[in-house]
This record gives sequence, structure tokens and C-alpha cells, in this order.
Amino acid sequence: MDWQAIWLTLKLAATTTFVLLLIGTPLAWWLAHSRAWWKEIIGALVALPLVLPPTVLGFYLLLLLGPDGAVGSLMQRLGLDTLPFTFPGLVVGSVIYSLPFVVQPIRNAFVAIGERPLEVAATLRASPLDRFFGVALPLALPGFITGSVLGFAHTVGEFGVVLMIGGNIPGETKVLSVAIYDHVESLEWTQAHWLAGGMLVFSFVVVFSMYHLEKRLQRKGY
Amino acid sequence: MSQIEVSLTHRQGDFKLDAAFTTPASGVTALFGHSGCGKTTVLRAIAGLLRVDQGRVCINGETWQEREQFIPTHQRPIAYVFQEASLFSHLSVRRNLEYGWRRVAKEQRRVQFDTVVDLLGVAPLLKRATHRLSGGERQRVAIARALLTSPQLLLMDEPLSALDHNAKQSIMPYLETLHDELGIPSLYVSHDPNEVARLADHLVFLEQGRVKACGLAADLLTRLDLPVSRYDDAAAILEGRVSTHDPTYHLTWIGMDCGRVAVSREDLPEGHYARVQILARDVSLSLRAHSDTSIINILPAKVIDSRDINPSQVLLRLQLVDGQMLLSRITRRSAVGLGICEGMTVYAQVKSVALMV
Repeated sequence: MDWQAIWLTLKLAATTTFVLLLIGTPLAWWLAHSRAWWKEIIGALVALPLVLPPTVLGFYLLLLLGPDGAVGSLMQRLGLDTLPFTFPGLVVGSVIYSLPFVVQPIRNAFVAIGERPLEVAATLRASPLDRFFGVALPLALPGFITGSVLGFAHTVGEFGVVLMIGGNIPGETKVLSVAIYDHVESLEWTQAHWLAGGMLVFSFVVVFSMYHLEKRLQRKGY
Repeated sequence: MSQIEVSLTHRQGDFKLDAAFTTPASGVTALFGHSGCGKTTVLRAIAGLLRVDQGRVCINGETWQEREQFIPTHQRPIAYVFQEASLFSHLSVRRNLEYGWRRVAKEQRRVQFDTVVDLLGVAPLLKRATHRLSGGERQRVAIARALLTSPQLLLMDEPLSALDHNAKQSIMPYLETLHDELGIPSLYVSHDPNEVARLADHLVFLEQGRVKACGLAADLLTRLDLPVSRYDDAAAILEGRVSTHDPTYHLTWIGMDCGRVAVSREDLPEGHYARVQILARDVSLSLRAHSDTSIINILPAKVIDSRDINPSQVLLRLQLVDGQMLLSRITRRSAVGLGICEGMTVYAQVKSVALMV
């Protein structure tokens, strides 16, 4: 069995989701509240992975992070290893690839809350940080759940970016989708069936539970 | 020093606000005017929710805004009640109430949690989720939540306008007792003359971003040069005290220095403060004090101002012997027939009196 690939995939998806929540939340907040004219340029950049072929994204990342790329050469000069064909490299690629799936729902949730609850909190003596954590975050909870689930699931299912920037190193970069591709290439239909079928069930369960959870939150008055 | 001094200039698209007024920091001051006159903008600026182009906000000698100085909303000792209750949907009613209460240092709390909860009758709602409340209940929770921050100034932005008639009537008594019980000065935004007559001690009239008049509510509501006296339900307010109850005819007499008026029996202790509202159309005039009439409220008064409001009707401003003002709307035919002129002494016959406290 391909337990190693499954474990690696889950680890990658979890790490990516965690990083995405950390950087996606302030980004979503800024996109929801800023009045800068160039806001939508950033918004479009964030949404770009939705339409860009993953291989294109992977190709540019490979160039950028490779020893001759701007980021790669800088890392080498700092005495760090370059990222392509490593697990951290996969995380970087996945974060960029899944960015819109996390940022968009959270941004929409922040917009949907509106200014009013935050104004109310301000008149009730809550400082800006207090308002963010005590009012904005909990009210945007449905957006965070949707964003996390989509970000996680989308990372589990990615293929093009992984192949370009990670390659196919067992235990380091060989994730599920690549493993399936491998099995098919070598005509190992049974193994391919097991993994593909598992993915199908997993995806259905994820999407179904998300809808279910959203319904329950709506009933709770969100 | 106990006063509210506000002076604001602000431009927002086509709308220009240029308003300045001073009002005592006690009782209820109503910011009154048509929608779009800038009432809410003024209130938001006082709360610090809106940073106006130029302004000075000074409450009880403390400056909240002047030139570069700007104290942010969460550091101003205010409470704000919005048009919609805006309860936090992720918190229970109790948690909503505690939100502001917990953020005020213990030594600065000047109201008891239970006092406020009882005052607004929200005790039975404490355990409920906010989306299970009716409109009136939600607004009562919002008012209690605001009061629990022990504010030095209570700002209310048409807190009743989003409610239906019954809910409005159910909240009104709570609002009326508020400032008696807690003594927190408030600014109350409203476009409803009836609400203003019931609640306000002072008035600030706004018109197209400017202050048209500012002063005692009883005086301004009866000024014939202000549009509110021409409304169909224009009314004067009189203040007095409960003098006696008449068990035989089920009446309560309200005594004033200018005489007394009767209202339907109310359970109020003798000597209790009472405010009554008298509609201009319910006041007729006679030249002598008649006893052969069904009207029991007859007050001597002097005509001090008169205006024709349309070809058939005249509006009169009457001064009672204790200085309080009354409005009377009569037909021009009667005014001419009686020979009404300014300075003349008449008897105001009041057909109906509404008690408000």
C-alpha cells in the first residue's frame, strides 16, 4: 500500500491550511476593508491560481525558487537549501496554489459582517484588536470553516504544481495524486483503483460535511 | 461645566454639515429634523464613529475632539443605541449584556447589572439566543447592553423607528423612566414629533445640516416660526405634579401653578412628576370661564403669537399664568368672531390631555 504517500499528502494539506490561515486572514481582512484603489489588483493576483494552469504556476515557481532564480539564489547566499524537490518547496507551491480557496470565503465572510457589529463593539469599549478577535473572527466562523475545508481538500487534490516543483521523491514529495499517476503509468490498476476510489469517497465526505455544517451554523443564527 | 458643546463641519458628497450647539448635560436632548438633515451624522461624530473634517466635541469640560486631538470611540464614556438592535449573533443575551459591562473597570461601574436588567425587563430573556427575540425585546436588550457600560452620555439613534407600533408603545415607558432612574444625560435622534414631545427636555432642530433652533423642548415645540408647530398633531407639553385622585369619576388631577388638568386615573403617588401632552387641535378658546360645558380643563392664558396656517385656520401660541406655553388651532372664522389679538386674555378649553409619565 501507499501509506507513505497518504501520510505525506495529509501532512502537506494540514501544513498548507495552517500557513494559509495565518497569512490568508490578514489578507482577507485587508481586502474586505481597504479603500485603496489598487486593492482589486491584489485581489486579482490572489484569485489568479483559479484560472492559471497549475503547470504554469509550477513552472514559474521552479524558476523563481531554483538556484538561478531570484529567491533561490538569495537563499543560497544565506546558506539555506533551495526549495525545489523538497517538502517545504511543496508547501510554498501549495500555499500559492490554494490561496484563493481560503482567502475568498474569509473575505466574503468579513464583508458580510459589515461595519455595524464592529462599531457596536467600539461603543462598548472594545479596542480594535479586541473587536477583531472578539467579534469579527467568531462572526466570520462559517467563512473560516469553508476556507479551511476548501484549502485542505484542494491541496490534497493538487497534481500539476506538485509534479513541477516537487517531482516524485518517495517520502519527500511523492503525494497521492502523483502516486496514482505512477501506478497508472506502470499499469498497476489495482493500486490505482484503491487510491482513486479512496480520493473519491474522501472528496464526497468533505463536501457533504461542509454543506451540513453550514446549514447547522445558519440555524444557530449566523 | 455640565454641558454638551458640539461644533462640526463636514462634507460628504453633496451634503454639507455645519452644525454647532450647546445643551445641558442632563435630561434628554432630542436632535430633531427630517431624514437627511444630518442628525445621525452629528450623533456618529459625537461617538467618534465618524471623523468629521473639522470639529469640536466637549462633554462636561472634557474634550473628545478638537483640531488634531481625537479620542477613539472605545475610549469615550458613551453608550450608543443604533436603529437596529445589532446584537452580537454569536453570543447569548446574557453574553451580549456582559460584553460592555466586562470592559469597564470595576471602580468605574456606576450602575448595577441587576438594576439595569430589571429596569428594561430583560431578566426573562437572559438565557435565550438573540435570534429568538422579538424586535422590541432585541431593542430593549441593546439599550440595557449600552447602559451597562456606565456611560456619561447616552446616544440614541432613532431606537424605535425600526419597530412596529405595538413594540414602540411597549418600549416607550422604559425610555421615559430611564433618565429618572439612572440620571444619565442623553442625546436622542428622532424625526417623530410625538416621540420628542414624550421624551425630550431640550431640543436641537436641524435643517439641511444646520442648527435652526436650540433650547427647551416646551418652548421650541410651541414656537410658531418653527415648522413642527404646523404639523397636524402639533402639541404642547406641560409639566406639573400629581395633586389628587378622584375615585368617583376615575380621574387623576395634575396640578400646575397655572391651574390643573384631569387625566384618566393613573396609579401614581401624589406629588409625582407628571408631564402631559396637549394637541393644538384639542384646545378651543372662550372669552369667559364657562361652567356650562363638558370640558373640565379650563386654563386662563394670554395670546402671545398668532399665525394663519391656511386660509381657514389660525394657530395661536398661548402663555399660561405660570409661563408655560400652549398651542391652539382654531378656525379663522372663530378667531375673527372672538376678536382674538396678541396680548388678549382668553380661557383655553382643553378637550383631551395625554399623560406621559
